[in-house]
Amino acid sequence: MTNILTIFRKELRSYWNSPVAYIFATVFLALISWLFFENFFLEGQANLRGFFGILPLAFVLFVPAVTMRLWAEEKKLGTIELLMTLPLRDHEVVLGKFLAAFAFLSMTVLLSFPLPAIVALLGHPDPGPIVGGYVGALLMGAAFLAIGIFVSNLTSNQIVALVLSFLIAILLLLVDSGAVLSKAPAFLAPAVEFLGVRTHFESIERGVIDSRDLLYFLSVTGFFLYLNVRTIESRKWA
Amino acid sequence: MIEVQMLTKSFGPVEAVRGVSFEVSRGEVVGFLGPNGAGKTTTMRMLVGYIPPSSGTARLAGYDVARDSLEVRRRVGYLPENAPLYNDMMVDDFLATIAGIRQIDRARRRSRIDATIQECGLEKVLKKDIGELSRGYRQRVGLAAALLHEPDVMILDEPTSGLDPNQITEIRALIRQIGREKTILLSTHILPEVSATCGRVLIINDGQIVASGTPDELTARVGGGDAVVVAVRAPRDEVRRRIGARPGVRDVRILGEENGVTRASIASAGDAHGAEGALAEDVFRCAVEAGWVVSELRTERASLEEVFRSLTVGEREAVS
Repeated sequence: MTNILTIFRKELRSYWNSPVAYIFATVFLALISWLFFENFFLEGQANLRGFFGILPLAFVLFVPAVTMRLWAEEKKLGTIELLMTLPLRDHEVVLGKFLAAFAFLSMTVLLSFPLPAIVALLGHPDPGPIVGGYVGALLMGAAFLAIGIFVSNLTSNQIVALVLSFLIAILLLLVDSGAVLSKAPAFLAPAVEFLGVRTHFESIERGVIDSRDLLYFLSVTGFFLYLNVRTIESRKWA
Repeated sequence: MIEVQMLTKSFGPVEAVRGVSFEVSRGEVVGFLGPNGAGKTTTMRMLVGYIPPSSGTARLAGYDVARDSLEVRRRVGYLPENAPLYNDMMVDDFLATIAGIRQIDRARRRSRIDATIQECGLEKVLKKDIGELSRGYRQRVGLAAALLHEPDVMILDEPTSGLDPNQITEIRALIRQIGREKTILLSTHILPEVSATCGRVLIINDGQIVASGTPDELTARVGGGDAVVVAVRAPRDEVRRRIGARPGVRDVRILGEENGVTRASIASAGDAHGAEGALAEDVFRCAVEAGWVVSELRTERASLEEVFRSLTVGEREAVS
């Protein structure tokens, strides 16, 4: 536990020290606010549907940028040799890195608080969907982060990590879109729909936290973190 | 402290380490010497549990590196090749992080970090980003990180590579100082390093240990030790013939002939010239008998360079 915390602090600090992190966070917030307000005044409804509607796609773009360096940079600079010869268990390193990325993402997302504040000033939004939306955003973020960290461990090139995790994330986002669902064989449709991120996110975002959606995000997160630990272990298969 | 038995490592079809066995006892400073690509780094990586052996066993401080990797890592201080460090961290933050991972007792942590900082001479760079440091300082930060938890065993992979002569002297002094209390295995391909810091040498070539012993023992094994360099006013053929005919002379190598003066290097055949300087005396007597004027006569100790070259260039018969 102490070790997870130590790795967590080390990684979080390197987010604070990195100009790239600030740039990405700023671009993310600026882009998402702009897209939100573009339609907000046209629709004239006091809710955050527009914001949460674009969040999945924004995450697909933003989250891989948050995770790309976590392993790839260690591999590039050789510090992985330093890290992996310290008395740390593999899962402690993976969890420490994941939690740091999650903390950074959460802070960025919570920095969007002016949006609900403005909406609340202008009207009387229903708090349920807003709280649900944020909870859903964090759950979806965790799943994408786990994917991104796993992919970052496969390469020493941050750009490769970025593109590859973007591809996996967008696949999970598009798999349950109407275009795919209508072409999929009927018996596969429920499975395909369960795999997709958007259905689960939208269901939470409506303010209903269903155990199935919770289970979905937690298992995607857990699955990729587990894969990550196994990939590190594979180094030890002689 | 370190026991290695028939350690091998293959990367696909390439055998990087082929059945290496050796031991290092407590308090020894052992140099791991070999040309680049001989398997030094691979062997060291196996010893610290970074990569698993393909076969064979290695134990550090009594723990098997493959089965009890975590215990081994707790007890060893490792400086990887090129001292990879977190460039975006400040030196004192970095050491504090390592101290945290090493779970050094909180009450002692500050004093332990301060002691290491002093030992490695890092006082001036504590608030600098590691990425801004010179090569010599980086190496010292790497050493500090490896020393922090007072390990019994230290494994240092080319601790002086890429440093300038002043920095090399500093790092060597530091290693000698550390070596007074700890068991150290250090790798290098720089020969003077070994005589400067190590009590014993393991020479590795092509994944195998080809020789081991103290620097003096190894030197003695090449051509019985001494060689004599002589310059006499005589034609080269005559020098070769007359000196070559003396008993106890194995080989006469002509170094050059200039203005009638021939320089030659004479190798002793071994034990015939047991006493130091005996060969030189014999060469002198030979010159007197022939009536040559001697303008130079000196004994040359065989250097570790020769041992190394004869062992690693594939002329194994030179040793036997």
